[in-house]
Amino acid sequence: MLSQDALKKIDQELTKYPDNQRRSAVMSALRIAQVEHGWLSNELIEYIANYLKIPPVQALEVATFYSMYNLKPVGKYKLTVCTNLPCALSGGVNALEYLKAKLGVELGETTKDGKYTLTQGECMGACGDAPVILVNNHKMCSFMDPATIDKKLAELQ
Amino acid sequence: MAIYQKGVIFADFDTADKDCWTLDSYVKRGGYQALKKILNDNIAQDQVIAEVKQSGLRGRGGAGFPTGLKWSFMPRALDGQKYIVCNSDEGEPGTFKDKDIMEFNPHSLIEGMIIAGYAIGASVGYNYIHGEIYEVYERFEEALNEARRAGYLGNNILGTNFSFELHAHHGYGAYICGEETALLDSLEGKKGQPRFKPPFPASFGLYGQPTTINNTESLAAIPFIIRDGGQIFQDKGIPNNGGTKLFSISGHVNRPGNYEIPLGTPFSELLKMAGGMRDGRKMKAVIPGGSSAPVLPGDIMMQCTMDYDSIAKAGSMLGSGAVIVMGEDVCMVKALERLAFFYHEESCGQCTPCREGTGWLYEIIHRIEHGHGKHEDLDLLDSIGNQMAGRTICALADAAVFPVRSFTKHFRNEFEYHIQHKKCMVNHNWL
Ligand SMILES: Cc1cc2nc3c(=O)[nH]c(=O)nc-3n(C[C@H](O)[C@H](O)[C@H](O)COP(=O)(O)O)c2cc1C
Ligand code: FES
Repeated sequence: MLSQDALKKIDQELTKYPDNQRRSAVMSALRIAQVEHGWLSNELIEYIANYLKIPPVQALEVATFYSMYNLKPVGKYKLTVCTNLPCALSGGVNALEYLKAKLGVELGETTKDGKYTLTQGECMGACGDAPVILVNNHKMCSFMDPATIDKKLAELQ
Repeated sequence: MAIYQKGVIFADFDTADKDCWTLDSYVKRGGYQALKKILNDNIAQDQVIAEVKQSGLRGRGGAGFPTGLKWSFMPRALDGQKYIVCNSDEGEPGTFKDKDIMEFNPHSLIEGMIIAGYAIGASVGYNYIHGEIYEVYERFEEALNEARRAGYLGNNILGTNFSFELHAHHGYGAYICGEETALLDSLEGKKGQPRFKPPFPASFGLYGQPTTINNTESLAAIPFIIRDGGQIFQDKGIPNNGGTKLFSISGHVNRPGNYEIPLGTPFSELLKMAGGMRDGRKMKAVIPGGSSAPVLPGDIMMQCTMDYDSIAKAGSMLGSGAVIVMGEDVCMVKALERLAFFYHEESCGQCTPCREGTGWLYEIIHRIEHGHGKHEDLDLLDSIGNQMAGRTICALADAAVFPVRSFTKHFRNEFEYHIQHKKCMVNHNWL
């Protein structure tokens, strides 16, 4: 279910932990799998568990606990807007409202063309750069006022 | 984010230089000299710990526990694997300093962790990095590779018989993993749920082995302390509050950002450095140490100095050093509602008072904010808080209660106004 490249990355993660602690690599293995598939189906979670030689329930426990794993399909770009208080004081909620109106979706929804999924997040440790938007979990965009959001959306095709 | 004021961690270099994070740049400005000094002069573990004790360094993760003392708890004489773990999970709303350390000066943390490993007898370390900052995690991995290639990590470091390996572990979105024992469970590949203490991590930590956990900023200060001396670090601050400390300022100031300043600096000066209040607002309130710290009215804050003791005396906590500044146009009910939502979202669900209590706090504040509050709601908030604080495995419940207690104490009139008039007392335009 995963490319050779992804499996190589998981093997690399496994080298970080003692041989009898393969379970420690489950967080990164799920992340790597999600990057390739966009989201984590039960089959994919079970595949990861088998690869790590841990019971599937242990992989499921992690996939359902941490907020950045997608347990449902998402759009090509998942946009997570931080709306916690420090960001809200500098336009975080405005950024979310702007995106809702512009994309015509509510929180948790995906645009009809399947391009964008809109979510809100908790503090990303970047409050000084507010408003901040995380694209597909891994790319942080700072100072996202409406004009900058427009530019970013145009880039994300 | 820019670093506006420089202390021991950000001394001597410009974060605008795109290569400032590299090994080359770090070594040029005196990096890895502390490690060389320890290994070449064969300095004893006890002596390293004594130096850290003398520095007066207190944990920068929130609790302010003396770092040297913490290190001395490790059972060094015991055989078997021991670990040093760095807490870079930085999820406390308002805090964004550890990210900048790893982005611009990762080798200070790497060197600090090697020295910590040496001092406590740990041959392996892990740095647990906050999920939302993947690019910083990648940078830290690159810095680790540089350090490995240069022989600062691995077997027989600098030709001695000291060996140490260090790895980065990437989180994936859970505030609770900042709590040190939840972090350990997460490192073990489980859901991050805090453990009962005792046993403490120094006796039963990662994989059941003795473990010391420190915050990023605590560990990144170690190379300076060893190279220049504990007393010099101590003297940069004030008694009982050694050194400089990073303050992350957010909210209604002109220049949000990180400011590394001597502990004991008046808050009024820090505010000035941050360019003062944005758009000529008057200051209403400040949360001085991350969202879990009690809020203080602006006039009380203006009398404080930025150190553990002054802020504690004023009734709050220095915490992680995240200073959230709020102007006169902030509705305190709305602000508290957002924080209550956060704690409800992030409770791990293990303890009933926290799992249920954070939900109740949010529901009640939400209904007050939306004009459905009742007169008895303020007492109800109080009594729920009393059922939560101190009755759970970890301090997340307390962290959820502190803002509720302090907001309703200092700004009670706004809550009463909301309940009575079913609308905001202030004309806010921040949301
Ligand atoms: C709910 C909760 C969240 C925490 N989050 C963090 C965090 O993000 N970073 C951190 O260093 N410490 C955090 N802490 C404190 C840690 O448990 C621990 O005290 C700290 O990492 C120890 O390092 P220090 O002694 O160097 O400060 C948190 C504690 C609690 C109860
Ligand atoms: S509150 Fe948004 S990044 Fe911290």
